[in-house]
Amino acid sequence: MTDATTENAPFAFVRKEALAQETPPLSVAGPIAWIRTNLFSGPVNSILTLLCVYIVVTTVPEMIRFYFIDAVWSGTNRDACLADKIGRPVGACWAYIADRFQYFIYGSYPVPQRWRVNIVFAMFALGVLWLLWERAPLKKVGLFFFFVILPIGAYVLLLGGPNAEGFLRWLIGLTLVLMVIYLVLSFVPALARFWIGPAFLAVEEAQPPWKRFYRPKRLILLSLVVFGLIAILADKIGLPRVDTGLWGGMTVTFLIAAVGIVFSLPLGVILALGRRSKLPIIQLLSVIFIEFVRGVPLITVLFMANTMLPLFVPQEYSPDRLLRPLVGVALFAAAYMAEVIRGGLQAMPKGQYEGAMSLGLGYWQMMRLIILPQALRIVIPGIVNTFIGLFKDTTLVTIVGIFDFLRTIEATLVDPTWATPTTRATGYAFAAMFYFLCCWGMSRYSISVEKRMAAGQKR
Amino acid sequence: MTMAETNTASRPAALKQTSLNTPTAVEMIGVNKWYGEFHVLRDINLKVERGEKLVICGPSGSGKSTMIRCINRLEEHQKGSIIVDGTELTNDLKKIDEIRRDVGMVFQHFNLFPHLTILENLTLAPIWVRKMPKKDAEEIGMHYLKRVKIPEQAAKYPGQLSGGQQQRVAIARSLCMSPKIMLFDEPTSALDPEMVKEVLDTMVSLADEGMTMLCVTHEMGFARQVADRVIFMDAGQIVEMNEPNAFFKNPQHERTKLFLSQILH
Repeated sequence: MTDATTENAPFAFVRKEALAQETPPLSVAGPIAWIRTNLFSGPVNSILTLLCVYIVVTTVPEMIRFYFIDAVWSGTNRDACLADKIGRPVGACWAYIADRFQYFIYGSYPVPQRWRVNIVFAMFALGVLWLLWERAPLKKVGLFFFFVILPIGAYVLLLGGPNAEGFLRWLIGLTLVLMVIYLVLSFVPALARFWIGPAFLAVEEAQPPWKRFYRPKRLILLSLVVFGLIAILADKIGLPRVDTGLWGGMTVTFLIAAVGIVFSLPLGVILALGRRSKLPIIQLLSVIFIEFVRGVPLITVLFMANTMLPLFVPQEYSPDRLLRPLVGVALFAAAYMAEVIRGGLQAMPKGQYEGAMSLGLGYWQMMRLIILPQALRIVIPGIVNTFIGLFKDTTLVTIVGIFDFLRTIEATLVDPTWATPTTRATGYAFAAMFYFLCCWGMSRYSISVEKRMAAGQKR
Repeated sequence: MTMAETNTASRPAALKQTSLNTPTAVEMIGVNKWYGEFHVLRDINLKVERGEKLVICGPSGSGKSTMIRCINRLEEHQKGSIIVDGTELTNDLKKIDEIRRDVGMVFQHFNLFPHLTILENLTLAPIWVRKMPKKDAEEIGMHYLKRVKIPEQAAKYPGQLSGGQQQRVAIARSLCMSPKIMLFDEPTSALDPEMVKEVLDTMVSLADEGMTMLCVTHEMGFARQVADRVIFMDAGQIVEMNEPNAFFKNPQHERTKLFLSQILH
């Protein structure tokens, strides 16, 4: 009888030496294998591949010929883009875009005043970079810049004239009043008990007077300095009024999109919370607003904002012609945003609410610190989808007589200076490129945000 | 920290001398609750002294979780009264928040906040509810992380921790609010067998310090070791209540006998 060892036991096995790694055969890796598995894996796939190749071969060279090879790049009027004038086939007339470029950006904004728009553009770009670039310093100052300084600065700069100055004076007055209130509060903090909880008040009372309410006081002081500076600057330069009727082009497109985006998100959050509220009246109002606005085309909302809003307010307070569609677009986007955010709220497990509640967090603290950060993260794709839709929907404001970017292109198409057979194709291609770049940028940014957040917290 | 000291120091004194204004931690008088037509809690009468440790067991659906969730008003009761730390639970939101501040709760599924780091999970409530400066809150957070023996995980996210570690973080999170009463809702039921012990050890050490504890659990070893009383619930009622030795050795009610024969082999 032999011993039962791994040497002779029929089912036992022990590896003696490790196998070295070998290169895979050509049918598994390499370009030929890739083509076979991805392009010609079966008859249907092969036919589709060939069809796609045919479409690309027939259209792409034609487009390249039209938009690049045969295109006209410089010239001062339609003669540069007429085939019989220059003696060769003519493709896209980029000279026309170059010639009217200023108009596409500023609309009819008076030429000597266009530097004001440029400053607003620069401020906007700075603000966007500041907030969207993750590692930018002083995020809180950036928030203050984007949501307080930028809107007020843009309003004063773009509009100018007595209205803007009056508005600034009013703002400075308001800040001064707030400052006086907080000065009094510093010495008599008990007065603040109407809007501050007892726990927080106790913390403030423990401080010496000059340190009480440090944050609001710092914010008020900062606002006062900024408003004062804007007022002094506006007064020194003496900005003449530029009516909103003269605004146009990309300026207006960006303005409507930015206002829509900035207002629709917080409004949407409030509406979504309202719709999920346990208080029946708040819930009913939210549902009515969302369903009504969502059930009506944007064009109808714009018409109503344009013709009905002035009916509800006295003549002298009638809102500006540009302000009406601004409000309309923001409210319209808010209704959609509310439903997107509600989806995120519904995806939150009940345990998160219970965990927050069991620690003694109040409703608003729970929402702000626990629920909304997670819910909004879930629906980033939906939110950006709504933003992109909103950006493209800004073109609809043309029907209430606002000269947005697309409208400025159409206006130049009827201009005889550049009336050529290819002007129309060029103009619309330019518009498509502009809208695509903007929307694509938003989409890419949202993807990077998603990745960044997913890296931070793997579940 | 100071809060831990107050807990250890005040508990036996309160229990024996009843000199504090509220010697009773939790009192439930004739509590009834319905889910629609379904009568989940039927005439619950229970008095928990300060520093007492209660283990509540029973078959699933017997209302044991619902009962302890009523204590911090995660569930609303429809009849009877619940008095926590001398304050009666009513619809007054301020009072509810006050009670929740002083009553810690540990859940079956941890309910940590996945978008915050471990330390942020711990300091959130001290900062926002107790209005503590961030530095002090972090100090307390690290103190309790050390107590549950995972200070090195402070900067990680909950998803990167094992189940047992997450549950210990959840316990530490409650302790950061220096609660007077701790509620445990099946804290070990969602854990791998290997991790049950580390969580139970944490709970035992907490019990040794004199914390008032109400635990819904099926860990009978834990019940024997720390409980002052064991409660057996069935069909929304308290069926039997006794000190652990008598409860396990000599159960009186038929239902209790059947239950114990099923879970103790």
